[in-house]
Amino acid sequence: MSLIARDISVRFGARRVLDGLTLPELKAGEVTVLAGPNAAGKSTLLRAIAQLVPHQGSTVLDGKDLARIPALDRARLVGFMPQTLPSGSSLIALETVIAALRAGRSIPAHQADAAAMAVMDKLGIAALALEPLDSLSGGQRQMVSLAQAIVRDPRLLLLDEPTSALDLARQVRLLSELRRLAAEGRVVVAVLHDLAVAAQWADRIVLIHDGHVHAEGAPESVLTPALLAQVYGVDARVERCSRGRLMVLIDGEHAPL
Amino acid sequence: MVGDAMSDAVNNTTLARYHRQGRRHALLVGLLAVAAVAALVLDLITGPAGLPLAETLRALTGAEVSRAARVIVWDVRLPVAAMALMVGAALALAGAEMQTVLENPLAEPFTLGVSSAAALGAGVAIVLGLTLPGLPPAWGVTGNAFLFAMGSLALLQLLGRLRAGGPEVLILFGIALNFTAMALMSLVQFVASADALQQLVFWTMGSLASAQWPGVLLIALVLICAMPFSFRAAWKLTALRLGEDQARSFGVDVTGLRRWTLLRVSLLSAAAVSMVGVIGFVGLAGPHIARMLVGENHRVFLPASLLTGALVMSLASTLSKSLVGGVLLPVGLVTSLIGLPVFFALILRGRRR
Repeated sequence: MSLIARDISVRFGARRVLDGLTLPELKAGEVTVLAGPNAAGKSTLLRAIAQLVPHQGSTVLDGKDLARIPALDRARLVGFMPQTLPSGSSLIALETVIAALRAGRSIPAHQADAAAMAVMDKLGIAALALEPLDSLSGGQRQMVSLAQAIVRDPRLLLLDEPTSALDLARQVRLLSELRRLAAEGRVVVAVLHDLAVAAQWADRIVLIHDGHVHAEGAPESVLTPALLAQVYGVDARVERCSRGRLMVLIDGEHAPL
Repeated sequence: MVGDAMSDAVNNTTLARYHRQGRRHALLVGLLAVAAVAALVLDLITGPAGLPLAETLRALTGAEVSRAARVIVWDVRLPVAAMALMVGAALALAGAEMQTVLENPLAEPFTLGVSSAAALGAGVAIVLGLTLPGLPPAWGVTGNAFLFAMGSLALLQLLGRLRAGGPEVLILFGIALNFTAMALMSLVQFVASADALQQLVFWTMGSLASAQWPGVLLIALVLICAMPFSFRAAWKLTALRLGEDQARSFGVDVTGLRRWTLLRVSLLSAAAVSMVGVIGFVGLAGPHIARMLVGENHRVFLPASLLTGALVMSLASTLSKSLVGGVLLPVGLVTSLIGLPVFFALILRGRRR
């Protein structure tokens, strides 16, 4: 089980967002973090893999070309968690997770209800099940979004800044859930901005800059002061803490010589 | 494990509460249906003829009554009352689906120009006397209105084919179509005789007065054809409330869903507008009231909208007969003037909660 994304190009009008980007082969069991500055094309890449934007190039999951299989089969294989939270809606949280199951194919109601409830419980948000979406905080809604993405038990999980609205405890919960989902044999790809978090949780970091892969590999090989200066334009120190974990410390903007 | 057993129990309680809520919503939908039928009966026993209540009910049940009573009930009141119910149902269902596919709570069945196109068609028939050949003269205006409404629908579907069918583009297109039709309508009015102008103004106000059985049956037929498709798309439409990306990632063909839904909405609103003219408010407020009652799960939201529309329209029909003694007000005026304050009161109450 692996994801191969090759030669991905996306244009919005005259602007080339991605220009023939090729990702390394992403294997099941690994958590891959896409990092890079704003407007680098990370979200667009994620949406292209999920077949949500028109693009060129191929995205092959486990030998299946995602662009060529029917949308319903794709929905079974791919879970996508968007960056934008759903707008104000009086739908209750549990209903939205059930919709993630039943919008695509007909599943008996009791089965769908129970599956949706179980996923919310697993994510620690069972208590929110009957709350209307528009009464939830940003972080709570983000957890509901994750529930929608994983309830179909997809093989490939794509997450666009899944922790942006989460408090520390929820971050840990979500990220360890991602690790567990990967360990069960899934390909997990997340866009994350916080490099310290990425260093701690990712097996592999892909640094994207100007629509290209600038560097990729294990966190310690990608998170180097030189690369961070090139890509982000910051002076950074990368050090190990007392537990041996990688820490990224940003000292300031990088002054070009 | 003990923890698992406990969380299973909690989950089951939550699910049970969810199902109870579902049953409560189903009950509300049932109550709306009962209220709509009651409003229909109220509409039937109201009228300027001063028919005694007992006589009306006897005529309805087919018992022996005077010929005059039978004609009043069966040929005058029942078509009008049934038309009110059908038009309200059609417009509110269309409005509910329109709000969802355009991702805009301000959308209503006429947002994309169907009503202006229909009014233009009516204008062409009334003022210029141009109607479809072969249609009985009594149906000339209705036929033209329907034809023009279908024309706007065809343009809309064409736009959808061009794969530019996002909500913003569609709404802009609707605005453009509205203005074009209104400009052409002004042109028609400019050349109209005083007589024709008066007739046209009356038509655009929306009136049930000329409702007849064939029209009622036609709109009922459109409704019966559209409903199964609407209800079948309920989960897809619910998913679309979470955003287009989400719906797509759930496996919903959003482009197709939007195109088919717009087709249903246009058919329903074209049928309604060509029968009774432009009736505002119901297509906007019906869905909003339904949303306050049962939320946005389209499996209950769609039937609740439909029934709310039928109920509101039926009540408006009764009011249009009884507000001013001896005068039958255009029902479009009643829905707008009485309905809007009620609607705003509901919204403000909803906000405070």
